[in-house]
Amino acid sequence: MKKILSTPVSAEDLKDIKIGDIIYLNGTVVTCRDVAHRRLIEYGRELPVDLKGGCIFHAGPIVRKKGDGKFEMVSIGPTTSMRMEKFEKEFIKETGVKVIVGKGGMAEKTAEGCREYKAIHCVIPAGCAVMAAVEFEEIIGAEWTDLGMPETLWISRVKEFGPLIVSIDAEGNNLFEKNKKVFNKRKEQQVKEISEKVRFIK
Amino acid sequence: MFDKEKFTEIVSNFVTMSGKILPDDVTQKLEELKNAETGELAKTVYKCYFDNQELARKLSRPSCQDTGVINFYVNAGEHFPALGQINDCLKEAVRRSTAEAPLRHNTVAIFDEKNEGTNVGERAPYIHWEIVPDSDKIEIKPYMSGGGCSLPGRAITLMPSAGYEAIVQYVFDTIVDWGINACPPLLVGIGIAGSVENAAVLSKKALLRPIDERHPNPKGAQMEKDLEKGLNELGLGPQGISGRSTVMGVHIETAARHPSTISVAINVGCWSHRWGDIIIDKDMNYEIISHKGAKI
Ligand code: SF4
Repeated sequence: MKKILSTPVSAEDLKDIKIGDIIYLNGTVVTCRDVAHRRLIEYGRELPVDLKGGCIFHAGPIVRKKGDGKFEMVSIGPTTSMRMEKFEKEFIKETGVKVIVGKGGMAEKTAEGCREYKAIHCVIPAGCAVMAAVEFEEIIGAEWTDLGMPETLWISRVKEFGPLIVSIDAEGNNLFEKNKKVFNKRKEQQVKEISEKVRFIK
Repeated sequence: MFDKEKFTEIVSNFVTMSGKILPDDVTQKLEELKNAETGELAKTVYKCYFDNQELARKLSRPSCQDTGVINFYVNAGEHFPALGQINDCLKEAVRRSTAEAPLRHNTVAIFDEKNEGTNVGERAPYIHWEIVPDSDKIEIKPYMSGGGCSLPGRAITLMPSAGYEAIVQYVFDTIVDWGINACPPLLVGIGIAGSVENAAVLSKKALLRPIDERHPNPKGAQMEKDLEKGLNELGLGPQGISGRSTVMGVHIETAARHPSTISVAINVGCWSHRWGDIIIDKDMNYEIISHKGAKI
């Protein structure tokens, strides 16, 4: 059965969710990336959106204005979450955000933030920008539009947004860090074997 | 007479289409890799890949939001008319596709750090030229590479004492450190030459030939196969969440080196490897090589 969360998400909702699980989300999602993180944490500017129990999406979309003056999501996909690593722990603390969606893993500090303030980080398969766009039912607001289309905080209503693969759970377990250890171990063996075969300079 | 308008239209339509539909070789390889997966996570991700391609086609939208800074690789027949006008036509084609596809605005001017929103700018689109003797046709390969798959790009000049062994190490280090965010399964392009700029261009050209087409030298071909097998043993899986494979393929392109240097460069293409190949003759008849049967 599909596991579907709805915003606002509570710490209780995240209790049984583990790394590697697949979940979906109903409710509100706000796109939020580099500059918004910088503004909140480094410059201490208040975010123009309440994220308590909410979900942010590290993404830069293609948005189109329709005939009726409303905006429509044309294409949207995740951007590399690691770029926000420097700010994310404090971001979670300051905003009370519960679900962070992006691509690739995040590191130690974010995992700490997830454990201390009960939040999760998930990845949505990247390059699937039309799939994700059709899960965005409506754009209900746009803040900090001075940042341009990719960085604007697009506030949207989503239906079964996902699949979201949990990469850091609320206990601070980290799927990508675990995988990386395995990849690195396998790497040594492979490099050794192949190197033997390419001794062309004798 | 060279029909400038017609030529621009063909290229623009081709660019727009190749942002929506993956070339045949990529689709076929993804199908193979998808079928080999056994884990639930990996299977789920591949299903998204295929569902997304279907939706992009149906709704006629760019399949990935990052449509890159467009590069063109041009093989121009020496007898093709009006070679001097091609630069202008290609720029105009990108301008049109940006509005029509629509493509995301990705060209940021260096130093002024301004984005004009047209995907046209200083040396953008970037155009690589080669002249083909004895031909009156022009072959154009557009390539859209996003930020995620451009980030792993790197190059180094090694001492010959380090040998090809150091190339192997460099490739594996790059893929493990940087591959996850480049949206695996990856196509890995390796350039080997005597200096970094030659190696770098070759590493990109290596991505623009059909997957599994091998290096003409049997040792080169073997090295491609060995690297491919080895990288797949790492098991990065789609999106780096772990799985049966890491790469769609490994291609090496080479140029003779200097006795004192051995330079190597790496570029990767992501699963959404949007490259195209179209040949246009002087009467504006065209043949699409990369997407058989496609309509533009
Ligand atoms: S790496 Fe490729 S598939 Fe992934 S987001 Fe970038 S362009 Fe899209």
